[in-house]
Amino acid sequence: MNASNGTTSRLASILKHGHFAVTTELGPPKNADPEIVRAKARLLRGCADAVNITDNQTAIVRMSSIAAGVIARQEGLEPVIQMTCRDRNRLAMQSDLLGAYALGMRNVLCLSGDHQTFGNHPQAKNVHDIDSMQLVQMVVGLRDRGCFQCGEEIKGDNPRFFVGAAENPFGDPFDWRPYRLAKKAKAGADFIQTQLVFNVPRFREFMRRVVDLGVTEELSILAGVGPLKSPAAARYMRDQVPGMDVPDEIVERMEAAGRGIEDKKARTAAYRETGIQICVEMIGELREIKGVAGIHLMAIEWEDAVPIVTERAKLLPRPALEPETSACPPPH
Amino acid sequence: MIVAEQKPLAEIRALVGDAKRVLVVGCGTCVTVCFAGGAKEAGVLGSLLRMGAQLDGNVKDVSEVTVQRQCEREYLDGIREQVEQADAVLSLGCGIGVQAIAEQFPNAIVVPGLNTSFLGKPAAHGEWVERCAACGNCLLGVTGGICPIARCAKQLLNGPCGGSSKGKCEVGTGDSKPDCAWQLIYDKLKAQDRLHLITEVAPPKDWRTSRDGGPRRIVREDLKLPSTGGQK
Repeated sequence: MNASNGTTSRLASILKHGHFAVTTELGPPKNADPEIVRAKARLLRGCADAVNITDNQTAIVRMSSIAAGVIARQEGLEPVIQMTCRDRNRLAMQSDLLGAYALGMRNVLCLSGDHQTFGNHPQAKNVHDIDSMQLVQMVVGLRDRGCFQCGEEIKGDNPRFFVGAAENPFGDPFDWRPYRLAKKAKAGADFIQTQLVFNVPRFREFMRRVVDLGVTEELSILAGVGPLKSPAAARYMRDQVPGMDVPDEIVERMEAAGRGIEDKKARTAAYRETGIQICVEMIGELREIKGVAGIHLMAIEWEDAVPIVTERAKLLPRPALEPETSACPPPH
Repeated sequence: MIVAEQKPLAEIRALVGDAKRVLVVGCGTCVTVCFAGGAKEAGVLGSLLRMGAQLDGNVKDVSEVTVQRQCEREYLDGIREQVEQADAVLSLGCGIGVQAIAEQFPNAIVVPGLNTSFLGKPAAHGEWVERCAACGNCLLGVTGGICPIARCAKQLLNGPCGGSSKGKCEVGTGDSKPDCAWQLIYDKLKAQDRLHLITEVAPPKDWRTSRDGGPRRIVREDLKLPSTGGQK
């Protein structure tokens, strides 16, 4: 992890100063309404050091992550622009990176992207000109070497992003995952946000191996967490989402939360309360794991939960910005 | 081999249209081996077209011929007369065969009876799987003989992605889920104690040798004959 490459990312600064970082997520709308982004941004303001703006998540067309990021930034958030390799080739990506930086974006999260067959345009041609590892290399190259991917020098201002990537500790093959993460460090990633953690013992084992490989000396790892909305959501994640590991105890605890409650509204509230409680407990456990530098809180289409979880997990208030490294305007 | 499958009959009939004299041309190579367009399939399809026309109250003069390789000029020379007499030529070759006939007989109306699917191999009786994407720059030497370009849904060179689960790709459902190519690569290289081949970041691929560089052509000066020239 290196915040000395001229990047003016607040997230970089938080991690550099050893604060336990908090990032969260804002999903852009499936329409062109900026007010939706603003409303979500206002909910999240003050709850996190930076906020991921998803890039056509689950391969469903949404407002561009860069455009939504600009709006979120106007609302006082520091965006982390997600960029997938699914929809753009290296020309389009670099062009968008130059534009994003010019518009004040300072963090990028490099992803392969969910396969388009999961989304609303399964007929689409996918790109995958480069993969997420190579995207990390490319963004780092723009910053540290001042070169485009082809090697050509950037004349004038080069984009100096704080560069992130994702890793799924629960994807297979389990034994290879720490080594693959080490490859992301070699590619130059500054930070990692993991897939949602529900199986803490397995994640602890993953982290032990990652720490042993020396990876956490190279980059910061933010453990993915998220509140479950309902037992159905828990079961869906356990049974249907490839690479997710939701232990039966969690599903059972969610199911038990609503038992005996007849009123539908009250039952929903009970489920949500338990989901939030599990998430808060999980954050407490993850904080204690060596090498975990922060959390990435994913409350998908449930942004209201973010202030509650962060408050109860005693993650608020977030550290004040160091003015000399701040790239974001103060909240207004 | 090139693996293909026959188009639905309704589509084939629509492509043939009103043509009275139809020549069905089978191919004796790849598409024979994958039971899509050999002499047998040409015969069956010819019969179906005749019967279909009769049911509609029409008469079609459908004949069939199968050449050893539709993609080679020499084999097509032998069917010149039949092609010239036909109102439509229904090729049961791969896309190369269809185009070879169309190139060699510029006046012929040539339509495809197959969908050319992929470069692959039989996996079991009645089952074929893709193995090569003809990217023009073979990586198999560093990936344990398993191609991530043809076999990873995201063509990752530094896989697997987070969707790899229990040896299967995140794409597809149930039995149609392909194996995760990167799980296979990992297993193979681990068993051979050669994981070092994938511990460094594989650089971006140069796609110029693939379709992205435009239609491809190989010229072997050592094999060219002075008089024959070549095709652009």
